Formats: sequence, structure tokens, C-alpha cells
Amino acid sequence: MAEIKNYTINFGPQHPSAHGVLRLILELDGEVIQRADPHIGFLHRATEKLAETKTYLQNVPYMDRLDYVSMMCNEHGYVLAVEKLLGINVPERAQYIRVMFDEITRLMNHLMWLGAQALDVGAMAVFLYTFREREDLFDCYEAVSGARMHAAYYRPGGVYRDLPDTMPQYGETTVRSAKEVSERNANRQGSLLDFIEDFTNRFPGYVDEYETLLTDNRIWKQRLVNVGVITPEQAKALGYTGPMLRGSGVEWDLRKKQPYEVYDRLDFAIPVGVNGDSYDRYLVRVEEMRQSNRIIRQCIDWLRTHPGPVMTDDYKVAPPPRAKMKAGMEELIHHFKLFSEGFHVPPGEAYAAIEGPKGEFGVYIVSDGANKPYRLKIRAPGFAHLQSLNEMVKGHMIADAVTILGSIDLVFGEIDR
Amino acid sequence: MDKALQLQQALQDTLGDLVESMTLALGEITVVVDSARYLPVMQALRDAPGLQFDELIDLCGMDYSEYGNAAWKGPRFAVVTHLLSLLHNWRVRVRVFVPEAANVVIASVTEIWPAANWFEREAFDLYGILFDGHPDLRRILTDYGFIGHPFRKDFPVSGYVEVRYDEEQKRVVYQPVTIEPRELTPRVIREDDYGRR
Repeated sequence: MAEIKNYTINFGPQHPSAHGVLRLILELDGEVIQRADPHIGFLHRATEKLAETKTYLQNVPYMDRLDYVSMMCNEHGYVLAVEKLLGINVPERAQYIRVMFDEITRLMNHLMWLGAQALDVGAMAVFLYTFREREDLFDCYEAVSGARMHAAYYRPGGVYRDLPDTMPQYGETTVRSAKEVSERNANRQGSLLDFIEDFTNRFPGYVDEYETLLTDNRIWKQRLVNVGVITPEQAKALGYTGPMLRGSGVEWDLRKKQPYEVYDRLDFAIPVGVNGDSYDRYLVRVEEMRQSNRIIRQCIDWLRTHPGPVMTDDYKVAPPPRAKMKAGMEELIHHFKLFSEGFHVPPGEAYAAIEGPKGEFGVYIVSDGANKPYRLKIRAPGFAHLQSLNEMVKGHMIADAVTILGSIDLVFGEIDR
Repeated sequence: MDKALQLQQALQDTLGDLVESMTLALGEITVVVDSARYLPVMQALRDAPGLQFDELIDLCGMDYSEYGNAAWKGPRFAVVTHLLSLLHNWRVRVRVFVPEAANVVIASVTEIWPAANWFEREAFDLYGILFDGHPDLRRILTDYGFIGHPFRKDFPVSGYVEVRYDEEQKRVVYQPVTIEPRELTPRVIREDDYGRR
């Protein structure tokens, strides 16, 4: 009788289904995984250390680059923590704009996740469809901030500027005729809000399309159902948040339980899973997309009828308007101070959390009264989720490891920070 | 009754003299615990019926050596934990200063919350805080074979070594850093009445 030994293989750090730079050491018995040891840190940029050397305002763009598929949500967590320490209030319109863009970001994240997860499992087409919708959402980002991904749009005290009245349009090129261009520009004739409203009208139909492709698909179910099951007790012990926790049947959503901004005034539902497997997490996220769509519509309705400031008028924190600056000495000094030295945050500590698309994104800031954070700790949801990988993949086949990695919704920008 | 006050009362009832101080600021409660009582307090926070912090949200290291303008008195390192109770819907922050000795050692809470595993590895990697009782205390974020603890305040932002590809040796080599960190905006702490006189 030959002695049979477990076989150890290396997976990554460059592997298409590792969602970036994950290295896994898998101990196998035949094709069954006995133990998985994730090695992370290949994308470690020491964001938290860099933040200690930058002023509070300079740190905002670093937040975009954490979870680089849900940019504005990261900014949101950061500005909330700064605002808590400063004790300033944000104008209502800015709060609605933030909520609307949080939900747009959630759609972007879930679309990215859905496409990638389907691709991992072997369905190529979904990826192409989800990226078609993401393109429209990137255009919203571009219209409002000038950048398609790393927006740096939320600022302590509000948002950088009000929603624009026009949408950027396609121009005629050698490969696109005038007729084609005008068709593409058809829904870009009005303001940004018109464009988003047009999107929210189309979007539920798109989600139906994805569901037609996946939800009852036999292969999809064979690959996802009962793969990576996590019980509610395990989920709590392992520090799960967001769709991962809800997939296990725990009804917990910060937007409902600890509402920030204006979420308590909006009407939406929280989907909850039953079995805690990859398939339930898929269903939860798909339903979340529909709910986000509802929230966006409510925000549009409110924003249309309520013009107003989008930035606090506390010039010690937010820059004064350009016109005032040209005429007033006081405003000029404020502007100079803000962009040379930056604003000072009172000594203390604060933790602010938002319901990010992946889970609870928290920012813990310790300030000693300087113009830079003394310590900034980013609580990334993916970090807690990935550490439980061993629990989830034990006893599954190698191919299931890929499914489970996909269902965690990993982005290494936030895990490695 | 206000949620935070209610929690403060519950903490007072359960923990009583076990904690060094309890402060309520900005709607958040911070509990400071002596390192000798760290584990019993954490156990009580999870298990006491009135508290039931069933989720560990975050655990991080802190280096207080350059805090404020005056020299820092007291232990240099601390471990800060954020806990969440799904049942009662409240949060608490626990800070424990790590006693100064030859090694910076504190008890591990992985037995209470398995989620602490990677967070403690991270605090060890970045700050060199050792967690007694941790099942697998390896570096997590820094490079294989990395030397030092980069988030300590005396570690330069640029680090000590850099890598480059060496054309002659045909491999990647480590060498001392060739860049110097620049500080464009100096760090300043103004007096309280600055700009208001």
C-alpha cells in the first residue's frame, strides 16, 4: 500500500480569478481542499501611514484608491469621521447627493462583482452586460467630479460642487457617424439628474436580464448552491458585515440600524438570505441593486425640488466661494490657510462607519489637534471576510475555492490598504 | 433614554471597577482597561447579558510616542478595539495600553472573537505588539523577510530598503533607499485660541 500524502499547491499571486493579488497556499487531498492559507499584502501601500503625513483634505483622494470599485463610499466613511471630530453639519442637499452617489457606487460595485463572479464560474456574457451599465455610471461620476473613477468628490463639510446642468456628450469621430453619435447622445440632452433618472428607468430591466441568465441557470446553481456555507453564529464570530452577513440570514444593515445622512427618510428594504451559501449571497446582492435603484429615484425626486448649498459655510473647514474670495480679505485668508496649512481638527478620536457595498467600511481617526491625522485606521470589510476563507473552502473542491473567492467580493485595494 | 447613556449605565453595572476609565465623547464610549484585566473585561463584554458585543469590528495598534506637542508620558503602545453588538445595536471602543517591558506583549482575544486573528497579526506586523495566545502570529501585510515595524512613529515613511532589477546580476536586488522623504506641509498644532484673538 503506497503512502498517500497531502499535496500543497500555490495559487496566485497572479491568477485571473484571484481578483488581484491574492496568494493562496492550498493543501489538497486529491482534489479536496484540506486547508487554505491566504497570503495578502502584495498591494500594501501603507495608506494609513501616508495619511499621517498629509493634511485632512489631501487624504481624501487616498480613500478612492482603497476599494477601487466603490470609490465614493470610501470617501464617505472618511469624511464622516472627520466631520464627527470637527462637529460640523452638512447641508441637506449635500447629504442627499452623497446618498445618491453612495447608491450609484453600490450599483457599480455590485455590477463589477456580478460580472466577475459569473466569469469565475464560467459565464462570459454577464461580464459584458454589466460593464455596459457601469459605463453609464462612470459617466455620472465624470459629470459630477471630472474623474471617471477616483472622484475625490466628497469633502469634509459637503461635496465639492453641485450637480451639473449638462451631461458630457460624445463627439463625432472617424469611426462614429453623426447619426450614431446623436443616438448615443439622446439621453444626455438634459441635466445629470435627467440622465440618472433615465438610467434608473432602464436599470430594473437590465437586472431582469441578468437574472434570466443566472438565477435559474442549472450550471450556475450547481456551482453556487451549498458552496461556502456560513451559519449566522459563524458569521458573527468571524466579523462579517454587509451582504456576507445578510446572506447568512442576519438582518443587519447600517443604513437602517444606525442611519447616517438621510437614510432614515428613504424607503427601501433589506434582503436577507436563508442558507448562507454563495447562491444566497448572490440573491442578496442582486436584490440590493434593485433597492439601490429605488433609493436613487427617491433622491432624484428630492434633489429636483430642493436647491441649496452643497458645502458648509464654515470657512474654517470648507473653501469660501470664488466670488467672495476676490472681494473679501477674510475669505482670501481662509482660502490661503485651507490650502497651505489645512484645517485643524480638535483633539479626540472618532469612529465612523458606513454600509459600503462590501460591508461595514469604518474609519477610526485619532487627532491630537494638528492639521494631519495622528492615526488613521481603515476598517476594510474584505479583510475580515477573507480571513475566514479557510472555514469556507475546507472540504470543497479547488474549483469551488474560485466560486467562494468570487462570492466574498474581494478587492485588494482595501484589504492590503 | 439616550442609547449612549443607556450603554454607559450597562457598562458601569457589569464592569464596575474592572475598567480604568470610561468616557463618553462625540456619542462614542471609550473604555480604558488595564492590561492585567484585559481578557476578563473582553470576555464580559461579549458574554454579559446586558452587553453582548458579539462582533469584533476592528482591532488596531497605536503608537502614542509623538502624540501632541509635549513629550508623551505613559506607555507608548496601545491596542484599540471596536466592538459591535448586533442585538442591542451599540458600539464600544476598548483601549488597553501595553505595558513597557523588553517585549511589547498583550493577551490575544482570538479565543473570544476568532475575527481578531488577522487584526492582531496586522498590529504585530505594523507595530511589533506581540499577542500572547495567538495561534499563528506571522507578518501579514509587509514583504516576506521584512525587517522592522513600519507604522511605528520612528520608522521613516520611505522605509530603509528599496528593490530594483539589477541588469548585471539578472535578478531583483535590495539596496538602501535612494530617496529622501519630503514634507510639503509641516505638521503643526496651534494653540487653542489661534485665529480667534
